[in-house]
Amino acid sequence: MLIKEVSDLRNISQKTLNEMFQISKIKFQVGSATCGLATGAGQTLSFLRELSANQPDKYIVDEVGCIGLCFKEPIVDLRMPGCSRIYYGDLNIYKAEKLVKSLEEGDIRKEWVLYRLDKEKFINEDEINLASDISDIYREITTMEDLNLFKGQMRIVMRNCGRINPEQIDQYIAFGGYKGLFKVLKEMSPDEVIEEIKASGLRGRGGAGFPTGLKWSFTRKAEGSKKYIICNADEGDPGAYMDRSVLEGDPHSVIEGMLIGAYAIGADEGYIYVRAEYPLAIKRLKIAIKQAREYGLLGQKVLGTDFSFDLKISMGAGAFVCGEETALIASIEGLPGEPRPRPPFPAQSGLFGKPTNINNVETWANIPVIIAKGSKFFSSIGTEKSKGTKVFSLVGKVKNTMLIEVPMGTTISEIVYNLGDGMSDKFEFKAIQTGGPSGGCIPKDLIDLRVDYEELTSAGAIMGSGGLIVMDEKTCMVDVARFFLEFLESESCGKCVPCRSGIKRMLQIIHRITQGQGEEKDIELLEEMAKGIKDASLCGLGQTAPNPILTTLKFFRTEYESHIKHKRCPAAVCKALIEYRVIPGKCTGCQRCVSVCPTHAITGPRSQAHNLDKSKCIKCGACYEVCKYDAIAGDAIILE
Amino acid sequence: MVNININGQDLTVRENCTILEAALINGFYIPTLCYHEALGFYGACRICVVEIAAPRGQILVASCAYPVSEGLIVKTDSERVINARKLILELLLADCPDAEIIKIMAARYGLIETRFPPEEEGKCILCGICVRACHNLVGAGAISLIKRGKNKAVSPPYESVTSACISCGTCETMCPTRAIDIKVFDRIKSLHEYEGRFHTQRCNICSKYHVDNEKPGSVNNWIEELQ
Repeated sequence: MLIKEVSDLRNISQKTLNEMFQISKIKFQVGSATCGLATGAGQTLSFLRELSANQPDKYIVDEVGCIGLCFKEPIVDLRMPGCSRIYYGDLNIYKAEKLVKSLEEGDIRKEWVLYRLDKEKFINEDEINLASDISDIYREITTMEDLNLFKGQMRIVMRNCGRINPEQIDQYIAFGGYKGLFKVLKEMSPDEVIEEIKASGLRGRGGAGFPTGLKWSFTRKAEGSKKYIICNADEGDPGAYMDRSVLEGDPHSVIEGMLIGAYAIGADEGYIYVRAEYPLAIKRLKIAIKQAREYGLLGQKVLGTDFSFDLKISMGAGAFVCGEETALIASIEGLPGEPRPRPPFPAQSGLFGKPTNINNVETWANIPVIIAKGSKFFSSIGTEKSKGTKVFSLVGKVKNTMLIEVPMGTTISEIVYNLGDGMSDKFEFKAIQTGGPSGGCIPKDLIDLRVDYEELTSAGAIMGSGGLIVMDEKTCMVDVARFFLEFLESESCGKCVPCRSGIKRMLQIIHRITQGQGEEKDIELLEEMAKGIKDASLCGLGQTAPNPILTTLKFFRTEYESHIKHKRCPAAVCKALIEYRVIPGKCTGCQRCVSVCPTHAITGPRSQAHNLDKSKCIKCGACYEVCKYDAIAGDAIILE
Repeated sequence: MVNININGQDLTVRENCTILEAALINGFYIPTLCYHEALGFYGACRICVVEIAAPRGQILVASCAYPVSEGLIVKTDSERVINARKLILELLLADCPDAEIIKIMAARYGLIETRFPPEEEGKCILCGICVRACHNLVGAGAISLIKRGKNKAVSPPYESVTSACISCGTCETMCPTRAIDIKVFDRIKSLHEYEGRFHTQRCNICSKYHVDNEKPGSVNNWIEELQ
């Protein structure tokens, strides 16, 4: 069937909404993005599918994307006819079996429920009341709005994630999808679209924060009849997975955004460059593209107009540097993923030498909302220069590791303590790392920093693609710098000298410092090198590579000095500078450490405090990891 | 023609040329390593960086690749430029201790020793001239840059002897650091490292030894075709 009129869209929407919400059976929805599948959502899903196959008039099951609560996966939501929707966390297959049994006895297992949802709210501010009357048992469950986890969050990019089946285009349409495309194709000229995006204040979510509308206008003005647009889904920062969740949970939002962009820019062909390590995202994108073609949303004469556009998926082999736009273009062209000097910029000469516009997944996913709700709505959110919301993956030493979407300008303390619910271990907050390997560490003193492009840059960090790694007192900042430099050393393409050789040499120095062999002039040398590498490198990877060192030096210089002058690692992390010992009073003699010690350095009979032979110990930390009684201490020592 | 300013001197230069070309024509010295007139820019060695005034402030760019534009202000030897070049040369000194040209260039900037622990041996600076010449000039495509980062290297496919090599010696001739060394023993040419052995014949035109096999594309066939 081809969609040609708004009424077609409305019909699909009405029909699907009825199917989704006017139910007469018990409906399960299983969050089955990669984060869910990794914790066993696949088994839960197949169990529930079997159940509904055996009892089709009692149960229905659907798949949804990731709702963002990664620490509670697998998440399953349940709705009985005429009742609120309730969300279960940690629902592995065993719990799912028990839940089904209890349901048959009329018990909803309230203790496993995370929260309830009474009203389904849509992006166009429509609402559907899920429950006409909320029963007493349901009343005892906290609502989604009252949960700290969601307070302060605002969902624009992730508007449909965890709410619709990403493999059903009808559900995307039912939730207000492809309305923006209609508005653009039927009512707006390309220049009006660009002006609307400019007015919204949207800035590129890939990291650098370049104004999206301006970028589009460059490619639109570029000479040439053939133009390309590209979606950059080569997400590679350690600890960041926002783009994956959007592609797995709501691929059509990206496709609709690209369609609108293509119309505004005048492109008729697009690529989604997604890394091969995201097989589920690729699978769902392929399904989404096929369904969009069947409805006439992609291909020749979209929606019966003269506008034609089609999409291809290009798989990357997982090189971090291919997130840089010129390297990404080279990779799509079949060349080695190495950047080339700019100018010419991709807007003038990009893919196959044609004008090309590249935006990140999150940027594209914002577009349909800006068009459907207007630029005023979007620019009313956020700070003066950074508009809208930003998705962050909050990971590290926080209780709630999860995906959050907050308005620009939310403070770090709100993110860590309200949404993240504080630190996971007993140690205090020390720093937060933003922006991936090219970003920086923001110390405790700046915890009230408002997260937007300018504020982060002024603190020496960057927004980056949106990874937030929380670190506690047990983190050695020299070791953090070492970790990110190691990542960059192996991901540098090796084309230009400052990046290839400079990172290698900086890492050698950092290695020396963590080994307790640092010299006083090392800090000066690192600072000098950082300046030169920033100045002279070819692409963004090299130009930002010294950032992990520069920010840790800026805020945690004393730690470097302690490693160099006193040969002491204050956080007791650097292996050469710590010593393990057994605390006799705490050791119960359980022999767990004895069995894992690879060098048999720990000995002792069962039920008696063990001994650790320091001459045999290689400081691998295996004993420390397995001890349940905190009886192994890793102390910072001072090298003679 | 466009008006630019290099080191305080107002100049009128050809449109669409690079800063490097404009500077060399007007007598300003900019060192280069990976740039070659016959191959164009590559932008890898970064030794040719110059400081320009850009909308986002003073930045360093590779002069070999940056096109001139009206009103461009260039400094070829500001302190920032010199510091960047010195760092690059110091890094190369440590990575390629056997490359004579690096030593000479470094000495020009007052660098005799490097503060980094030098590698035991090494001449190749990975400028890519040999690879680009083999692909773009010769058309043989026998060698390419393989792997990435610190493991990057010049190599034929699968790091073994390749029949694509016609033993023309272009790579050897163009290498700025003499990292490629083709040996001729008893009319058998042996390509550096890969030990590809080719029977050779003396060329009447250039008096060098070239492969004499019958395969299409070999130097002899080319000469015959030309004649």
